[in-house]
Amino acid sequence: MKTRKNIFQNAVLILIGVGFLVPMLWIVLGSFNPEASQSITIPKHFSVKNYAMVISDMSILQGFFMSFVIAGAQSLLVVIISLSAAYPLSRFGLKRAQTITFSLLFLTAIPMTAVMVPVYQQFIMMGLVDSVFGTILFMTTTGLPYGIWMTKNFLDTVSVELEEAAWIDGCSTFQSVTKIVLPLMKPGIFTVSIYTFVRSWGNFFVPFILLQSSSKLPAAVKIYRFFGDRGEVYFGPLCAYAILYMFPAVLLYSFAQNYMSKGFAMTGAAKG
Amino acid sequence: MSNTVQARGFEFRKNSNKRLKALGFFLPAMILLVMFYIYPLFLTVFFSFTNKAMTGIHAKENNFVGFSNFIKVFMDPKFRRAIWVTLVFLLFSGIIGQQVLGFFYALLMKKKHKAIRRFVGMSIIAGWITPDIICAFIFAAFFAKNGTLNLMIGSLGIKPISWLFEFPLVSIIIANIWKGTAYSMLMFQAALDGISDEIMEASTIDGANSLQNLRYITIPMIKQTFSITFVNVTLGTLGTFVMIYALTGGGPSGATTTLAVFMYEKAFVAYQVGYGMAIAFIMLAIGAALSIMYVQAMKGDQ
Repeated sequence: MKTRKNIFQNAVLILIGVGFLVPMLWIVLGSFNPEASQSITIPKHFSVKNYAMVISDMSILQGFFMSFVIAGAQSLLVVIISLSAAYPLSRFGLKRAQTITFSLLFLTAIPMTAVMVPVYQQFIMMGLVDSVFGTILFMTTTGLPYGIWMTKNFLDTVSVELEEAAWIDGCSTFQSVTKIVLPLMKPGIFTVSIYTFVRSWGNFFVPFILLQSSSKLPAAVKIYRFFGDRGEVYFGPLCAYAILYMFPAVLLYSFAQNYMSKGFAMTGAAKG
Repeated sequence: MSNTVQARGFEFRKNSNKRLKALGFFLPAMILLVMFYIYPLFLTVFFSFTNKAMTGIHAKENNFVGFSNFIKVFMDPKFRRAIWVTLVFLLFSGIIGQQVLGFFYALLMKKKHKAIRRFVGMSIIAGWITPDIICAFIFAAFFAKNGTLNLMIGSLGIKPISWLFEFPLVSIIIANIWKGTAYSMLMFQAALDGISDEIMEASTIDGANSLQNLRYITIPMIKQTFSITFVNVTLGTLGTFVMIYALTGGGPSGATTTLAVFMYEKAFVAYQVGYGMAIAFIMLAIGAALSIMYVQAMKGDQ
């Protein structure tokens, strides 16, 4: 009885798994198929022609480069600024620390889509429309509430005594942070930077609104301009482009999975 | 000896103008948050009461028009339709799709063979880590007239349908379930793993069947996870733009125009900034209410 129920449940699970996999399979198979169409087809002959086509296109490469610049700069800024802001929250025993922390948590949940309308107005007023720098600053800001919240939680796990010992030995706060706290916080910093990078890498709406010149667009918007606007789509190169674009995110995700689950348990996680 | 030195060192750190120092540490974050978060939120409130436009005579000067933007918004049948579409989208793709299914999957996967857990988990997470725009491309192909879905049901003898035209709302709901279920599933899996086996065994010995265990033990014990995922899934679904916009563009004829898509059209295509801001204001108000729920749920967690 028990085993029969188990077999049935396993069958249901496998069916669900396959169901979720089918749409994804199209893009994997299509990327190796020069004659890819909209439906799943096993390629008659596997080839990397699609990939060659994509990586020989300068404009596409530029898109990847811009994604790296934006996501990289954003992650770096979020990590540094979050650490700086989280430090007093975790260490100074401030009366308002909890209020501040929960206000930050409140900000993490504000729908970004709705914020873009006023932010665009502000970018017009500040003359920042189509500025990569402005886009990075804004995206850094969107990453901060969650970044500070996570960094604070990780900082709380690093014992204060070690730092105090360093102070007695004559270290400044800056030295005690860089020499003692940072090495102990490696998992936390990895989590924050990878989380920020992956979200930034996949972000479409912000650069779609704030950037205009084709040379400044990151891969997410470029792929839309490249394939979404055209009447006739070449599905092979589209699939290859998609795989290349997804690759860094998937790689970082699998690399960070252990750290991430720790961060999840600690912070309850925000929607990705 | 060393104790007193340590205490003195700590006292010294504590008293050396703690608040000023804290402010210095906060400053970079504060400048950015005020500039790009708090200030725009005030702008939303301000502009939603003016007749600002991006072009034309109202671009330079804008006048206070009171609640007329909001009255205009609520009188607009297109807006009311967007509210309705958003609610349907939210209920079926967010609440039923992602949350209930996510819970169901997590429950099913409990105590299953590792290989099966891995396979199912990976295939569900695959959609979650796929960037939004790629998900849209994947489903544009999946639902196309000569796409995979028609290929699959064609083998059952059903004629091909152009899904995105015939059943646009159902299509984007399915796409969004595919994209988002992993989040709830992971959260529920973590919560379910936290329930000790002993409690379950004890109640089973007391004669409870598995349905009673679920109703009286499992669900009450992970209530908090339900509220946290509920808020996050709702917020995520409300903010969904790319998936819908790239798949259907909000069409055909408004059938998939959610609040987010409607706001984009008004503010960035029709350049009616005041109107767009009023919609943004409404979305932010809903978001803020949900955020407060989220913070309350998280507070209970600490």
